[in-house]
Amino acid sequence: MSDAEVTREGLRGVRPGREATPGTDVTPGTETGRRRRGRAARRGEQPVVPPAEFASYYGRPILNAPVWRSPDIPGYLFLGGLAGGSSLLAAGAQLTGRPALARASKAAAAGAIGLGMAGLVHDLGRPARFANMLRVFKVTSPMSVGSWILSGYVPAAGVAAACALTGRLPRAGAAATVAAAALAPGLASYTAALITDTAVPAWHDGHREMPFVFIGSAAMAAGGFGLLAAPPGESQSARNLAVFGVATEAAAFERMTRRMGMAAETYRSGRAGAYIRAGQALSALGTAGALLGRAAGRRGRAISALSGASLLAASAATRWGIFHAGLASAADPKYTVVPQRERREARQQERAGTHGQATS
Amino acid sequence: MTILGAAQAAHGGEDPAAGSGCADHPPRMGFFTDTSVCIGCKACEVACKEWNTVPEDGIELTGMSYDNSVGLSADTWRHVAFIEQRKPVADGQDQFRWLMASDVCKHCTHAACLDVCPTGALFRTEFGTVVVQEDICNGCGYCVPACPYGVIDRREDDGRAWKCTLCYDRLGAGLEPACAKACPTESIQFGPLDELRDRAAARVAQLQAVGVADARLYGEDPGDGVGGDGAFFLLLDEPEVYGLPPDPVVTTRDLPAMWRRVGAAAATLAAGAAAAFAVAALGGRR
Repeated sequence: MSDAEVTREGLRGVRPGREATPGTDVTPGTETGRRRRGRAARRGEQPVVPPAEFASYYGRPILNAPVWRSPDIPGYLFLGGLAGGSSLLAAGAQLTGRPALARASKAAAAGAIGLGMAGLVHDLGRPARFANMLRVFKVTSPMSVGSWILSGYVPAAGVAAACALTGRLPRAGAAATVAAAALAPGLASYTAALITDTAVPAWHDGHREMPFVFIGSAAMAAGGFGLLAAPPGESQSARNLAVFGVATEAAAFERMTRRMGMAAETYRSGRAGAYIRAGQALSALGTAGALLGRAAGRRGRAISALSGASLLAASAATRWGIFHAGLASAADPKYTVVPQRERREARQQERAGTHGQATS
Repeated sequence: MTILGAAQAAHGGEDPAAGSGCADHPPRMGFFTDTSVCIGCKACEVACKEWNTVPEDGIELTGMSYDNSVGLSADTWRHVAFIEQRKPVADGQDQFRWLMASDVCKHCTHAACLDVCPTGALFRTEFGTVVVQEDICNGCGYCVPACPYGVIDRREDDGRAWKCTLCYDRLGAGLEPACAKACPTESIQFGPLDELRDRAAARVAQLQAVGVADARLYGEDPGDGVGGDGAFFLLLDEPEVYGLPPDPVVTTRDLPAMWRRVGAAAATLAAGAAAAFAVAALGGRR
């Protein structure tokens, strides 16, 4: 046991045992100590471990795995996007006189956010304490910012949908629709900050492009739902929004995985890769169907509805893919260790370079 | 409701307690874990569990040398790593060596878990340490993937996040943390951080002078990605060999950039929705 005393000024009475040196007889000035130094100097630049390899502690991950579960969290990422996009579509439809599209989009927004919120509360370790989310407001916590966005958005979307579906209080409904649409872009994009503000390589390293992937996915989902639910006479704006979403998501995702470095692998392999590929196939199919449905006259309604469903599924598949890529990148220590070593070595080389310039 | 942000985001530089609004506070306390004298007795693990009444963390044999607690988690707040190595230690001969190291929460100067906690359950104490308030935590789990070291975790049957408190209760009573008290070789040293850094610098110089070229400090540099650790280490090999990240960075360092991109993306979505209606109107179709 330690006999050291803790005082406000520090430790008193510590024993010299902590001065012991490792190795059998390696003490200052001994033969062993000197010889070892000589051998180390001879070794020169030869690395003990080849640089391409990396060491780990029994292959264990460095990071603790995210405790967020599927379907709660990827489901919320999808539903929050669907709700945000639908609120924008609803407000636009209301302003431009597309009553059926407005009604369907308001219902979609309220239903999606209700289900998404249920997932969020269910995912808490202590669901009864969900109101603690509103104890503080912290800009350093995207989850706190999101909780406050939701606390404004959920009532607005709920009132908008209730008024639209019952036909009562149309003015209050219109005001709520506008309020929900004002918060909708924030709702659809903050979730990107939520997942990228972590140490998970596949999420964090995509922080520049992830918000654009998410709003693209949100527009795709909301446009898809509009195509599915609105009559052909009112669906053109939903079709346009869906095409905008598909293009934005595809471009941002491509750029993200190209700039990300090593962790981009996790978006191509395993379960995440399967989801991502399914999402790409479904969004291509959905886009083709949406454009065909416009031209196909009487059978257009069925084709548009199918393509809308396909776009919804594509948005969901992408969210699940991103979620699982994060889990995969946290589970393998190489995605943490290798980029960090490269970063550290680059910094050391840079420092050596500037030092060399200063001395020469 | 309390508005937190600017003060915590600024982190108060080298004085995190003051940065969190604790004006008149004791010196920042921490651990210096000198792994070169660790004998792998696990007294720290046991003392921590007993003092903090941390539940059982699995009783399987892992086959990872003498390590059966595997890593830091909600139910393991001190973890002794055992690394069996065959590498040239002296005279060019392959020699067996055993590295042992007691890992713990780093109590970062810029703590990601604290930054991202949406409830304010995680807070900065007057000693500059980071502690979870178990009566506030709602188990959202955000701190878990935010930690660059894989320290904090959610307890399965309990639902809340748990980690080392640096024995906040003992510190308040003028005692040293249970692990440091129990450590028979003083591998775990507790004290004011300034003093520990001086002592660690002297120790690593001493070891290098006798030919232990691998000796290095880990987490002691206030210029690193987390602003320096409140609990730092002397290691005898690369950090990743011990299961530690080689160059950790607090994720919230990039948060201002993230918020800017989120703002731009939100504006893009609003513009895209407006364009969807404008194009529909121009095309003459609804």
